[in-house]
Amino acid sequence: MYALRLWSVRHARGLNACYRGFEALLLRLHGLFSALGYERIERPVAAVERSVKSLLFDCRMCGQCILSSTGMSCPMNCPKSIRNGPCGGVRDDGRCEVKPEMRCVWVEAFAGSRRIPGGTEAMAQLQIAVDQRLQGRSSWLKVVREKRAAP
Amino acid sequence: MRFDDEPVPGYPLPILPGHTSPGRFERVLRAGGFAVTTELAPPDSADPEDVYRRARVFDGYVDAINATDGSGANCHMSSLAVCALLTRVGYAPIMQISCRDKNRIAIQGDILGGAAMGVCNMLCLTGDGVQAGDHPQAKPVFDLDCMTLLDIGRTLRDEHRFQSGRKISYAPRVFFGAAENPSALPHDWRAQRLAKKIAAGAQFIQTQYCFDIGLLRSFMQHVELLGLIGKVHILAGVGPLRSAKTAEWMRKNVPGMHVPDTVVARLAGAQDQAREGRNICVELIQAIREMHGISGVHIMAYRQEESVAEIVERSGILDGRAPWFPGRDAPALPQRNVS
Repeated sequence: MYALRLWSVRHARGLNACYRGFEALLLRLHGLFSALGYERIERPVAAVERSVKSLLFDCRMCGQCILSSTGMSCPMNCPKSIRNGPCGGVRDDGRCEVKPEMRCVWVEAFAGSRRIPGGTEAMAQLQIAVDQRLQGRSSWLKVVREKRAAP
Repeated sequence: MRFDDEPVPGYPLPILPGHTSPGRFERVLRAGGFAVTTELAPPDSADPEDVYRRARVFDGYVDAINATDGSGANCHMSSLAVCALLTRVGYAPIMQISCRDKNRIAIQGDILGGAAMGVCNMLCLTGDGVQAGDHPQAKPVFDLDCMTLLDIGRTLRDEHRFQSGRKISYAPRVFFGAAENPSALPHDWRAQRLAKKIAAGAQFIQTQYCFDIGLLRSFMQHVELLGLIGKVHILAGVGPLRSAKTAEWMRKNVPGMHVPDTVVARLAGAQDQAREGRNICVELIQAIREMHGISGVHIMAYRQEESVAEIVERSGILDGRAPWFPGRDAPALPQRNVS
């Protein structure tokens, strides 16, 4: 929902802190997830993730979430799905070139990233090209799997 | 400036130490010249002569010619084909690559193909949205964005592999560039984003139109603060406005176009508005030339291409040098007696 999406960016600091806490909790559940089998829980977890994140961020389930590097403004709402924005087409009033009815996702991201400690540094990092195979899959489980697999 | 080994059409120049391409454009920039580039609008035609005719207008005034890739999301001859035609006769084209119409499989193929056809310069762009052009019903691809495109291009050139990791046997020798818009929001982020593009592999930058010299100046101050001067060659975008009405239309309809009210008012008050547009352009170029950290100008004169020569001439930026063009060094042919 557009209004809620803007609210999330305004409260990027608090949401980011919640997210960090939530991630720590998920990481502790790695043993449980493994026992149940990651592939078996993929669909139900992705369904929960989709409903929560689409409400708060208009999440598009790219499966490789970078919200904490984009000031809690989901880059997949950019009509050009730019992961390293904003493009040069931002209108003088901060609205999107393609969809003038909405504010530029990346202008919002910049505002949000300034509210998060270390947010602009995170936004300055190069984001690699999207892996289209992950579309629709859970980012949460991906993070846990990757962080737990790392030595 | 003149090099001892000027091009023979169809033959690459030797790659100098520290250079990544065999191209003349990179040489001019790295030798410290104030470079001039311009834009060729690819024709709505399959006739190669239409391309050559459009290129000849710039002979002797520009170091490289951008071939746009479906600019404004309008359908035209492909930039790869325009560039391939131009290299046949020795021009130094800059192949624009937009992420709007092709995925990474097609784009990587085009980088290899372009390099094989002698294209030494490629400009990595995200591209305008499809809604801006003549085919709003088309599917926007945007598999990559300009940064990930730069990253993939650099990987092809320096690590000799596709994004998939599969090796290539001969790397494309390309000088990679990107765009930036110092006039667009958020102003405080633009220099940072430039740093990101440099990190992704940009070696030169061509900016959007800079009609607001104050914005360009503060952008360049940010660039200097971040220690980016000398790490990339920046060419500032300029161009003549035909009239106050065109200026109004452009700032309303062309994505990322910022024209200050003072410029529009100055045009509106002039008797010959087109001439005033060229005057403004020449003055901007002269102001840009004095700016620290700028290596050249990119003159965009859509549908006024013939004015580029006059603008370059009047602004005096070539300092008497004559950029190479086909036939520049050819001895004058003896007159044939027609009987």
